[in-house]
Amino acid sequence: MNQANLATYSQSTWCPGCGNFAILNAIKGALAELHADGLATEDVVLVSGIGCHAKIVDYINVNSFYSLHGRVVPAAEGIKLANPKLKVIGFAGDGDAYGEGIEHLIFAAKRNIDITMIIHNNRVYGLTTGQYTPTSPLGFRGRSTPQGTSELPINPLEVILASGASYLARGTSHGIELLKSIFKEAILHKGFSLVDVLQVCVTYFNMYEYYDKHVYELKDHNSQDYNQALNKIREWDYNKEAAIALGVFYKTDNPTFEERFLADKPGEVADKDSIIKELLKKSV
Amino acid sequence: MNEISILIGGKAGFGIDKSGNIIGRLLNKLGYRVFIYRDYPSIIRGGHTFSIIRASSSRIAAHLDKVDLVIALNQETLGLHKDRLKKECFYIFDSEQVKPEAAGICGIGIPLIKYLKEENAPEIMRNSCIIGAMTKAIGLDFDVLESILKKEFHKDPELNVKVARRGFDAGKELIKMDPLSREGLPLITGNEAVALGLIKGGLDAYISYPMTPSSPILHYLAEVAKDFSLEVIHPESEISVILMSLGFSYMGKKVAVGTSGGGFCLMTEGISFSGMAELPVVIVLGQRPGPSTGLPTYSSQTELHFALHSGQGEFVRFIVAPGDAEEAYYWSAISLNMSYKYQIPAIVITDKLLGESTFNFDMNDIQDIKKEASVMWDRKSPYKRYLLNENGVSPLAFAGDKDAIVKASSYEHDEFGITTEDPKQTMLMQEKRLRKEEFLMQDLEKLSAVKVYGNNNSEIALLCWGSNKGVCIEAAQKFGLKVVQPVVINPFPVKQFQEALSGVKKLICVESNATGQLARLIREYGFNTNETILKYDGRPFSVDGLGKALEEKIK
Repeated sequence: MNQANLATYSQSTWCPGCGNFAILNAIKGALAELHADGLATEDVVLVSGIGCHAKIVDYINVNSFYSLHGRVVPAAEGIKLANPKLKVIGFAGDGDAYGEGIEHLIFAAKRNIDITMIIHNNRVYGLTTGQYTPTSPLGFRGRSTPQGTSELPINPLEVILASGASYLARGTSHGIELLKSIFKEAILHKGFSLVDVLQVCVTYFNMYEYYDKHVYELKDHNSQDYNQALNKIREWDYNKEAAIALGVFYKTDNPTFEERFLADKPGEVADKDSIIKELLKKSV
Repeated sequence: MNEISILIGGKAGFGIDKSGNIIGRLLNKLGYRVFIYRDYPSIIRGGHTFSIIRASSSRIAAHLDKVDLVIALNQETLGLHKDRLKKECFYIFDSEQVKPEAAGICGIGIPLIKYLKEENAPEIMRNSCIIGAMTKAIGLDFDVLESILKKEFHKDPELNVKVARRGFDAGKELIKMDPLSREGLPLITGNEAVALGLIKGGLDAYISYPMTPSSPILHYLAEVAKDFSLEVIHPESEISVILMSLGFSYMGKKVAVGTSGGGFCLMTEGISFSGMAELPVVIVLGQRPGPSTGLPTYSSQTELHFALHSGQGEFVRFIVAPGDAEEAYYWSAISLNMSYKYQIPAIVITDKLLGESTFNFDMNDIQDIKKEASVMWDRKSPYKRYLLNENGVSPLAFAGDKDAIVKASSYEHDEFGITTEDPKQTMLMQEKRLRKEEFLMQDLEKLSAVKVYGNNNSEIALLCWGSNKGVCIEAAQKFGLKVVQPVVINPFPVKQFQEALSGVKKLICVESNATGQLARLIREYGFNTNETILKYDGRPFSVDGLGKALEEKIK
């Protein structure tokens, strides 16, 4: 165990050049900086799904919960509600979060529960060797769609904005500094935050050049303004040729689920047996 | 009379359920032991619904087909249930709803709406009015009903009493029920007993998506959440339910979930995860007739093998099938305890009959429930979530502890919780997880995992499980038979079961399914049944109905 760089003894099995390395380094950097600012690392729990992305929890020496495919969000919500003091950070792939488990994402955003979701959006299934995902462009030729897909991708940020998320941002795996600062902000944000990371899969969908050519950082953007956020999110629909904005689209301060839900929860109840007896007495 | 069965029926939305409870409480107050069977369609308004309230001087947990009195709030009730009457004309009807020619000239007709109008009372109070007439019909004084109505109705208690008085005055005595000189016992549903048992076991959180017949557990726990400082959550799906519960479990919170077959299907991947990651959780599985949506509001025992084999892979699970309210309470608490002691999933199998029927509940009948403490990390050596040890139960630490890093995983993992595909490591971990069963088995030897009732010398025994307990005990009594009921289904208590069968030459298996699921299970352990009595129409066995079927089998 090496607490200084948060590494474990687990050997990385990502392909050389994989975009996941950028996410790993950015989150490790973000956690280290947050730690320096006073965040206790033991109060962090990392949750992952299943897929290439998910190995990240094996590589970071922090509390973790290696969940099922599509089921990062509900596990993260359970952990948060069990101990609201914790910072719960979920990692999920695009198939994992926007495909199999999208209902959980929508409901977590709707609740504005204070967890952070980081989506490794490489727009292809890596670990199952190259099939299309919910964000693959129209006509994507994968192993399950050799003639090209017949469906348009979804714009996940638009869906999650409409669902009630209070923090939405996008980064790429070719820009660690920006990624790190977004991660830090998202983790500190009170409420549901999601960061869509355009991560590159060097083996099945290498988009480095394409992204480098199209991305730009948001400037003079009012992230408090829902309509401005929506317009910027719609600028690129994950399909057509367009400029791809990076940075924080939306950030607002709304009450969280746990603030409301746990508001008047009493502390430990000492004598439950006598309350049970009382309830039974009433039912005679 | 020392026993009575009353059927009250009408359309869904009439308030039949509430009326059944009031009649039950009335008889309970007189010292009778009570059982209420509820029969209702999967409809909110309309459709026929009825309750059978049975009261006896001895403990009962089943209904009879034959009844002493029918209370008909509409014509359909009389048409459907008149044949159940032991004596002709022993029925009370709404004379404005039921045509006299259809009802014949006998029975007690009460002009309910007329009385309600005169008293300026809303239509729902037809129930109170006709219960007033019933009180007279079974020979009781009005003041007993008055006290019950005042307790049951927080809104307009006086008006309910007034309306009931009108019904009482218009009625006449048909049967004489004498008060018994003893106190009533609490009357609760099997679902409420499960909820209270979970609380007794130390429940911190209950998570559930509504599904008949388990939703009442969710409703009940949500209602008492503040009293017990519980977190009660209704998320977006059963998949979310089970995964959220595992999040709680990872943090050391005692958590349970509740569902029925369809929801359980969605949970199975999570149950397997619970087995792999050693995250304890209790799942209440309320059975109803399938396949698929089936008969949502009726009862069956079709998920024994589903519970046993749910989830991919091989892992230890604790499964119980309680048979009445006391067992539901006791075994729900034990399930939570065992689940946390061994870090395994536990399943409490119930069904519509157990969950939604009303039983007397006697705390004095419940054995001590020992609190089982989880094994905690000793803080001496560096923390390993999946430490290999003798009994396979690794000590616990939770996120937030500054000296421990807690890594849980659905992948095969090493002691620290990091993914491994190493063959030796895989075997060690699989053996560690399976090893727990042996120790769980030893704990079960100290509990009454198999129950025996009736005539212990009989060479003929009825074999039953779950909600058929009550009906089997009573039917067996009539023929002087023995009854054997395994409450623990997994790990199967072979030794206790063998002892229970000693001296038995003929074993008759009684189950509410079409294939004999318990009969099939015991065959795996080398036991055979000689006969089966199976019922799979969604309706529970009645004492008289089962008696008839038994006559055939034992002659």
